[in-house]
Amino acid sequence: MTFKQFFLYFLPLLMVATSCREDELVVPTEYDIIGDERPGDEIRGFYLVNEGNMGSNKCTLDFYDYYTGLYSRNFYAEKNPNVIKELGDVGNDIGIYGSKLYVVVNCSHKVEVMDSRSGVRLGQIDIPNCRYVRFHRGKAYISSYVGPVLIDPNAPKGAVYEIDTLSLAVTRKVSVGYQPEEMEIVDDYMYVANSGGYRAPNYDNTVSVIQMVDFKQVQQIPVGINLHRLKKDKYNKLWVTSRGDYQDRPSRLYVMQKKPGYNQMIVTDTIPVACSNMAFYEDKMYFYATEWNNYTASNTITYGVIDVRTKEVISDNFIKDGTEKDITIPYGIAVHPETGDIFVTDAKNYVSSGTLYCFSSDGYKKWSVRTGDIPAHITFLSK
Amino acid sequence: MKYLLLSTAILSLIPLEAFGDTPLDTLSRQLDEVVVTARKPADDIIPAQTLSGKELHRLNSNSVADALRYFSGVQVKDYGGVGGIKTVNIRSMGTNHTGVVYDGVELGNAQNGQIDLGQFSLDNIEALSLYNGQKSEILQPAKDFGSAGTIYMRTRTPFFNEGETYHARATIRTGSFDLLNPSALVELKLGKRVSASLSAEWVNSSGKYKFRYRRVNPAGELAYDTTAVRQNGDINATRIELNTHGTLNSGSWNFKVYNYNSERGVPGAIVNNVWRRGERIWDTNSFAQGRYTGFFGKFTTLNNIKYAFYRTHYVNNDDKQVKIDNLYKQKEIYFSSANEYTITDFWKISGSYDFMWNNLDADVYGFVKPDRISQYLSVATALDFNRVKLQASALGTFIHDRIKGQEAPKDKHIFTPAIFVNGYPLRNKDLSIRAFYKQSFRMPTFNDLYYADMGNSKLSPERVTQYNLGLLYDHQSSSFISSARVSADVYYNRVKDKIVAYPKGQQFRWTMLNLGLVDIRGIDLTGLLTINPYKDLYLTVRGQYTFQRAIDITNPSDNYYRDQIPYIPRHSGAAVINAQWKGWGLNYSWIYVGERYNQQENIRYNYTQPWYTSDVSLSKDFKLGRVSLRGLIEINNLLSQDYDVILNYPMPKRNYRFTLTVEI
Repeated sequence: MTFKQFFLYFLPLLMVATSCREDELVVPTEYDIIGDERPGDEIRGFYLVNEGNMGSNKCTLDFYDYYTGLYSRNFYAEKNPNVIKELGDVGNDIGIYGSKLYVVVNCSHKVEVMDSRSGVRLGQIDIPNCRYVRFHRGKAYISSYVGPVLIDPNAPKGAVYEIDTLSLAVTRKVSVGYQPEEMEIVDDYMYVANSGGYRAPNYDNTVSVIQMVDFKQVQQIPVGINLHRLKKDKYNKLWVTSRGDYQDRPSRLYVMQKKPGYNQMIVTDTIPVACSNMAFYEDKMYFYATEWNNYTASNTITYGVIDVRTKEVISDNFIKDGTEKDITIPYGIAVHPETGDIFVTDAKNYVSSGTLYCFSSDGYKKWSVRTGDIPAHITFLSK
Repeated sequence: MKYLLLSTAILSLIPLEAFGDTPLDTLSRQLDEVVVTARKPADDIIPAQTLSGKELHRLNSNSVADALRYFSGVQVKDYGGVGGIKTVNIRSMGTNHTGVVYDGVELGNAQNGQIDLGQFSLDNIEALSLYNGQKSEILQPAKDFGSAGTIYMRTRTPFFNEGETYHARATIRTGSFDLLNPSALVELKLGKRVSASLSAEWVNSSGKYKFRYRRVNPAGELAYDTTAVRQNGDINATRIELNTHGTLNSGSWNFKVYNYNSERGVPGAIVNNVWRRGERIWDTNSFAQGRYTGFFGKFTTLNNIKYAFYRTHYVNNDDKQVKIDNLYKQKEIYFSSANEYTITDFWKISGSYDFMWNNLDADVYGFVKPDRISQYLSVATALDFNRVKLQASALGTFIHDRIKGQEAPKDKHIFTPAIFVNGYPLRNKDLSIRAFYKQSFRMPTFNDLYYADMGNSKLSPERVTQYNLGLLYDHQSSSFISSARVSADVYYNRVKDKIVAYPKGQQFRWTMLNLGLVDIRGIDLTGLLTINPYKDLYLTVRGQYTFQRAIDITNPSDNYYRDQIPYIPRHSGAAVINAQWKGWGLNYSWIYVGERYNQQENIRYNYTQPWYTSDVSLSKDFKLGRVSLRGLIEINNLLSQDYDVILNYPMPKRNYRFTLTVEI
């Protein structure tokens, strides 16, 4: 074989070989027939955000359509094929306000805004290390681990950003505690749960109170260490969870309420249960907790129901048919606002497809479906 | 010219001796007189895959990791670029089961068990060998019996002809990524029996390269097509290595001091809306090691001593994230004594004892500052009945950990045996059949056991059992086909109690558990053919192919049960064609890695396309009086394929490198 022969025969052969790599296709949507149809219902369907493991860029969106009974898995890329590198890395929250769907994508440092009916992208709001979204009077509020002014660069305080939902522009910012998580607005005051999760063992333990008129932090109420969830029930009581320190101090659930005759929230109850996440339906609060037990080297998972009026645990499991044995890591919870069906997501090992379970309000499994990686946050779409 | 010829001979000695008896007797006898360390061909039963000398330097490789891609059964994890981390995985058993030996002493990393082979440049490496199972030689440190597979890196040993008192070599490399990489080597003859060499290298690169992501929709229309420049992949590194070699009446010694210093950017994953990150790492790796080999009649002794200090400073400067600034310090003290006794001319026995102390300190909250004492005791025997060679070894490992402020895990004692057999069914020894069985394990690393919040001190060692059956045909002659070699191996490995990350609670909180069971079946094929079709023209074709079915059989209820484990292609291979003609060298290499999945589940969303790159290099050797010159032009990824080895870590498009070497 001479050089000439080498180029004559070998290089074309090589070209043939190289052509077998295909064009990378836009990730297609997958459909599953669920059959839990409710045509014409007030609730059209729900969106589910799959967080995706850090660095994998696998934050995906699923949608269940009650009118057709079809579950669409990972529809974002197909609906928005021109978005470079798709939805992003690590979804953290979802919400619908007006005609817009907001998805907070934590490690892509943005809030993705879509049309809530079509799922087509309308724009994005760049917010560093954004965490959760809530809405109030035409504005979206987004908590962020990184505040606008870095006073102490080694321990920057977090912030809440205010976004105009029409222009999608940041209108105001306010600095809060360390690594803020969920928020809620009651009577023109916003309450923000500060975790301080990156400052272990010096966790933050406060709820920041922001006066909405001038968007200023007016108070920080000590509640418990490493706060995470903060949700209001129909009586405007706040339910706040503490993650604990994962060692000696367990996860706890706190209730905050306005002091009678005052406009000031105070901690009224500490409910001695661990709580990772919760969802409300009528006078019930459904919750679950995942706690690692060093001694048995396994997760202790609990489910329960609390009566929000009495603050008593009325059931220690809302799953009645034994399905909880199939759930490795419950990671998200939601209740259908009309039917009371309970949704629980299973994140499994964080790096494989999760499962979404639908239980009837009496605790029996209606259906389950494969989701993306780390199914976590659900929001319902009205008619 | 004489020097050049002889040095080539030394270079080729190692690979050739690995294949048993070769027509090099005269040469090695000649060498015996000058280089005492190359006493006689090693007693290797299972031949290694080796790349050495000029062949190694002709391959388009930036680092040791790049060169290892030409070995079968090896998968390289490459995060891209000059400074990107590169680790190897032999036969799907996992990076932590791979031993890496640098000039006779294993490199350690008690913190995470992984050696970044991207840090080792090929500049001063003379030979690179891969042994499956273990180096089937009974005179070796006990620790060398421990890994499931081992990579041996050997640096250049000075060798002087009559009248020579020094050698010097200077190299400069430049090219894509704003690379500037000068290096120098000086070898001095200090006395009749003592020589020294000093090798130094500086690498500076911006690490910037263009990469491209392109998607089309099923109708064939372009969805997006974007080209960007990789950021924060810069590196500035120095390496200094001082070696002294000496010979004694009945043995030899050498002493090495090594220092590697680097500052690197960590380019990170490319995800939506994030094209640049702010993580940086400073590494200082220093070690000193000494070796003494003595021959006393039927008794041979091999002793090693080492002290290593590794410092890693990690900073996250990203203004969108919470600042991190951590300093890790690792220390290692190692001592080994291996002793061999020849009972009869066909029977040898050996015993080795190794002692190692590791310590890790970090300024991280709640860090338990672990330290570990590992003791290894091995016994081995080798039988050589001419047509059949047999080796058996047994290794006992004793691990004792201490941690600050907590109860340490129980001591661990593990016993692991291995058996190697090789036979020549034909009279001329061209064909050999080999088989081995080996048990090995890896200790959970300090990170697995004690890393803040994530570690699990109850972990047991992860165990591997290997079975291998193979054959080798090796023929050397001076006719048209000057050498031909084909090998084929089939193997079955089982990884038990695999250490996997397991989620606990919310938000990416993990712990480590002994929870995996992996079944690995594979075929390794290699071939080498050198022909001499025309007077001075030599053509060499080298190829390797690997088939691996590595499936997760942990739990039938997992949705990835019996799926191929992440990043292990079923098919992979490489081909190299090399032509040599009167000082000119043309090299073409092709690397293929088949389709893989980037997560455990073999579903469409986790599918990763095959990639294959073509690299070409052209070299020319000159002679200007006493000075030898060598120029090399390399074009890598000739067809400019856009590929990821690891998801979201894009690899460079076509890139170039130019090398000029001057040697006296």
